[in-house]
Amino acid sequence: GNWARVAAQQSLTQDKLLEFDTFGNVSLIHVTDIHAQLKPIYFREPSVNIGVGGNKGAVPHVTGADFRKLYGIDDGSPSAYALSHSDFSSLAQAYGRVGGLDRVSTVINSIRAARPDALLLDGGDTWHGSYTCHQTAGQDMVNVMNALKPDAMTFHWEFTLGSERVNEIVEGLPFAALGQNIFDAEWDEPTELFPPYKFFESGGVKVAVIGQAFPYMPIANPGWMFPEYSFGIRDERMQEMVDEVRAQGAELVVCLSHNGFDVDKQMAGIVTGIDVILSGHTHDALPEPVLVGETIIVASGSNGKFVSRVDLDVRNGRMMGFRHKLIPIFSDVITPDPEVAQLIDDQRAPYMDALSEVIGQTADDQTLYRRGNFNGTWDDLICDALISERDADIALSPGVRWGPSILPGQDITREDIWNVTSMSYGEAYRTEMTGEFLHVVLEDVADNLFNPDPYYQQGGDMVRVGGLGYRIDVTKPQGSRITEMTLLKTGEIIDPSKTYQVAGWASVNEGTEGPKIWDVVEAHIAKQGTISLDPNNSVKVVGA
Amino acid sequence: MASGVKPRVKVPKKAAAGDVITIKTLISHKMESGQRKGDDGNLIPRSIINRFTADFNGQNVIDVTIEPAVSTNPYFEFEAMVPEAGEFKFTWYDDDGSVYETAKKIAIG
Amino acid sequence: TGTLAFATLAGLPAFASLTDDAIAAMTGGAEVTEGGIDLTAPEIAENGNTVPVEVSAAGAVEISLFATGNPTPAVATFKFGPLAGSRSGSTRIRLAKTQDVVAIAKMEDGSFRKASATVKVTIGGCGG
Ligand SMILES: [Mn+2]
Ligand SMILES: [Mn+2]
Repeated sequence: GNWARVAAQQSLTQDKLLEFDTFGNVSLIHVTDIHAQLKPIYFREPSVNIGVGGNKGAVPHVTGADFRKLYGIDDGSPSAYALSHSDFSSLAQAYGRVGGLDRVSTVINSIRAARPDALLLDGGDTWHGSYTCHQTAGQDMVNVMNALKPDAMTFHWEFTLGSERVNEIVEGLPFAALGQNIFDAEWDEPTELFPPYKFFESGGVKVAVIGQAFPYMPIANPGWMFPEYSFGIRDERMQEMVDEVRAQGAELVVCLSHNGFDVDKQMAGIVTGIDVILSGHTHDALPEPVLVGETIIVASGSNGKFVSRVDLDVRNGRMMGFRHKLIPIFSDVITPDPEVAQLIDDQRAPYMDALSEVIGQTADDQTLYRRGNFNGTWDDLICDALISERDADIALSPGVRWGPSILPGQDITREDIWNVTSMSYGEAYRTEMTGEFLHVVLEDVADNLFNPDPYYQQGGDMVRVGGLGYRIDVTKPQGSRITEMTLLKTGEIIDPSKTYQVAGWASVNEGTEGPKIWDVVEAHIAKQGTISLDPNNSVKVVGA
Repeated sequence: MASGVKPRVKVPKKAAAGDVITIKTLISHKMESGQRKGDDGNLIPRSIINRFTADFNGQNVIDVTIEPAVSTNPYFEFEAMVPEAGEFKFTWYDDDGSVYETAKKIAIG
Repeated sequence: TGTLAFATLAGLPAFASLTDDAIAAMTGGAEVTEGGIDLTAPEIAENGNTVPVEVSAAGAVEISLFATGNPTPAVATFKFGPLAGSRSGSTRIRLAKTQDVVAIAKMEDGSFRKASATVKVTIGGCGG
């Protein structure tokens, strides 16, 4: 209720959120994986985030009460709300929405007031994820981010705008577009458009920022949309670039990465000489950097919910110490930057009628969220929509990690639906698959998530399923993790040789046909009116 | 002759005598494997580049035998010794009997 | 109960022996030893239709590449001429599925060397 909200927010002030004892001589500001969220949203962190192999039980694979215990966070506190999933809907009522790039701007301005030459670095997944971003092919985000004056950026979902559009935007970008692993696919050579690194003078220190784009772009996303480019981890070249910038006098080497956290950890153990990795892609929010050798790895969450500030003391070409803060963007507490707020409203103005149309509501005990290794409630709703609107036995929905949450009793607008579905390949296909092929699909995705070697992990979550149950043993090798596949509507075991009607979306295959997923979901929600989902117990997880 | 076949090569313009240089070659060719079925359900006949050679002033650098498992637009990268000024000659042999050639001069200095 | 037993993909053992046959045709059945040859291929293919592979063996007369999981394993053979700058070459190959790529070098002394690399070919399609 209102009293709880007032009480909770009394303990929070902008000054307290931004409080920071400026340290050393260099400041880095990291934002990443904003997924086009210009406005404040709710975002529930995952309750299930399984680590495998050497990362079992290691951050960021710690959630809920274990996470709060690890970092000494009190139950019900602002940090508990921002960083863990427990009591999400009630804490969300109390603490309000998070994010909003006008609030992010205020935070950046305050850091720049203390440290005018602080570097603002954007980890990518910026020009994707909303209605307006889709309608403007990323232009709304480009306009607003440009106003925040970043110094450099790297990339992932941006490439799903298609290489022609990406090239067009990047050519006009007033800051560095970095990617040491972005190669010309035809000749296997570095590109001119995406240089590997850029030097900055900051606090009298020569800082080199090396970009690392998402390595698995043509696998996780449709490669046919950007056939001119090749990616990969390319850690040998990363080492060459580190050595090259050191030879040119870099005193601080920063890697602006979209590898995903476990890949960054592994790379930090292989490549020597990186001082700071600003990690993106896996959407983890960590209150402290993780140390690997002499490299610190910073993870700054997603959807505009956090800004990381890292102050560094660099002397005689060495990082002597750091101070770090993961700043949660409590939107009711941080005053919006009025200029950026206006700019955001300008981007949205032509689309306000479409954005604000109410399609349905959540029931008063129903939260919609996505994050987590297996089905989230948003995905359950999307799968229900696919099964009913496309008349299928089974639904598949991609295990992406973006998409804000909806609280109980909240209106669901068209904008909300697009926030969890919009993409440039949103066709909702309907096809026949054999039981054997379904098994192959689940095993394939499971190995992209649970392969014990982080270099094989693509950083998404398990494909979401509707109408289908299964058992997964995350410790097994590919081909034997998934068993007990069951068709839920009959309770029958899936027959490898039998054919099933499957509906899904976000196929990476060229030429996929079907209505757009946001229209499918909208039609379903409109028919339901009030959304109330049955608890999903269809996935049995073993070995976590 | 298959249509749209276009060879491209990357050779440094000059080198020192005795240098080892890297050469990259590409030829646009669909490399029909002979294992794909067409819309009519019948196998599409194999039609590939089956051999590639690089020579310098009449002496061989590399001679590649190519099977259908080599990708569309076959790409080869290799190193060559440059004992003197002269000309590289690159030759691709098509299943249909066509031969595609291109040449690149290299100076010493 | 209820555990699904999926048949292993038919043909795998046959493919493996096809590769053995192709290698035997090259070596005439001579012994093949590991080492002295480097094969570089990506751990995960960005695109199974065009997988970059690089092979190198100092002192090799020729090097052949085989894709053990393709219906026809032979891929290409590099024969090095008098002006070869090194005994190495790169190309791009088609891999039907996750499999081992094998390189066999015939050396100047008539011996044979072998290297292999596993390349994962994935359906893909998720992301953070
Ligand atoms: Mn992301
Ligand atoms: Mn990403």
